[in-house]
Amino acid sequence: MQMVAAAKMRRAQDAIAAARPYAQRLDRLLKQLHQSVDTQEQPLFAERAVQRVALVVVTSDRGLCGGFNSNLCRRVQAELGEYADAEVELITVGRKGRDFFNARGYTIASHHADVFSRLEFARATAIAQDLTRRFAAAETDRVLLCYSEFVSVAAQVPVVSQLLPIVPEEGAVEAADYTFEPGPEQLLETLVPRQVNFQIWRALLESNAGFFAAQMTAMDNATKNAGDLIEELTREVNKERQASITLELMDIIGGAEAVAQ
Amino acid sequence: MATIQVEIVSAEEAIWTGTGVMVFAPAEMGEVGIAPQHAPLLTRLKPGEVRVQQENGDEQFFFISGGLLEVQPNQVTVLSDTAVRAADLDEAQALEAQQKAERDLQDKTSKMDLAKAKAELIQATAQLRALQKLRQTRR
Repeated sequence: MQMVAAAKMRRAQDAIAAARPYAQRLDRLLKQLHQSVDTQEQPLFAERAVQRVALVVVTSDRGLCGGFNSNLCRRVQAELGEYADAEVELITVGRKGRDFFNARGYTIASHHADVFSRLEFARATAIAQDLTRRFAAAETDRVLLCYSEFVSVAAQVPVVSQLLPIVPEEGAVEAADYTFEPGPEQLLETLVPRQVNFQIWRALLESNAGFFAAQMTAMDNATKNAGDLIEELTREVNKERQASITLELMDIIGGAEAVAQ
Repeated sequence: MATIQVEIVSAEEAIWTGTGVMVFAPAEMGEVGIAPQHAPLLTRLKPGEVRVQQENGDEQFFFISGGLLEVQPNQVTVLSDTAVRAADLDEAQALEAQQKAERDLQDKTSKMDLAKAKAELIQATAQLRALQKLRQTRR
C-alpha cells in the first residue's frame, strides 16, 4: 500500500507542477489589470464588517493517513475561535472533515462529495462559483480556505488563507500598453473569478498530494512498528521456549540421577 | 521569417509551447488572426478552436473552452480553463460527452450542477465542431 501511495503521490505532485504556468501567467495579467482599474468598484474586492464568515475545509475522503486530517481540523477549530462573534458556516470537501465536525456538533452548511475520486478543474470551478456568487450577494462577508499544503513528503502543513474578499497584491509590474477588448474592468471581471477558481484548484491539488504523502508516512511507520513488534515477540517466544526446554531437561536429568542412585 | 512564441496554457497543464507565423483564435468579437509584431492586446476568448500556423507549413489545432488571449509583439499566450490538442480528441468520446452533457442538463435541478452541466455541454459541442473542422481541412 505504501508503494501505491508513493506512485499516486508522485502523480499528484506532477499535477501541482503542471498547474504552475497557468498560475504565473494569471498572476501577471491580474497585476497588470490592477494598474488600470479601480478595484474598489469590483464586487469580489469588497471589504465588509465580518458578521458572517464561511470556512471551506478541505480534507480527504479516506483515512489511514496519520494526523493529516486531524491536524487540519484542529487548526480550523483554532480559527473558529477567532470568529466567536460572527455567524460561522462550514463547507466541507472530503468526508473526514465532515465527520470530524459533525461528531463535535457543528453544522455543516454544505458538503462537496467525491471530489478526490476524480480530480478535475470543473469541480474546483463549481465550488468557487457557488462561493463567489454568495459573496457578491453579501450572503457572507469573508470566505476562508483551509487546506493542507504539501511542503514535502514528510511535512503537510495546515493553512488558512483568505479567499474572499480578494486583497490586491502590492508590487509594481511594468505596464504593457495593452489594447483592452472589451475594457480593463470587464477583463478583470473575467480574470478575478478564474483566480478564485484556481485557488480552490490549487488547494485540492495540494491536499491530494499531501494525503498520499501522509499515507506513505503512516504506512511506513506502521510497517516499522510491526517489524519492531515482531522482533520483540520473537524474542519473547524464544525465551519461553528455552525456559520450557531447560525445565524439561532438569526434569529428565533429575529423574536420571534419581534412577542412577 | 518573423515568428511569434505561442503558449497554450490551461489550469490543468501547459498544453503546448512553440513558434508560429500566424495564430487564429476565437476572440469574443470574432475570430482574430495574430501576426508577428502585433500590438499588445488583451481580450476574452469564446469556446472554440485555436489554430497555429507554423513556419514549415504545419498547422496545430487546439480546442479551448474559453479564456483569455494575451498578445505581445513576440509572444502570444492563450489562457484557457481547459484546452486540448485537437489531435488528441477522440470523436466517439466527444459525441458521448455531448450526449451525456445534454442529459445532465435536463436532469440537474441544483443551480451549481446546472452551471457545470452547461459548461460541459458547451465544451463537448465545441470539441465536436473543432474535430469536424479538422477533418474538413485534412481532406
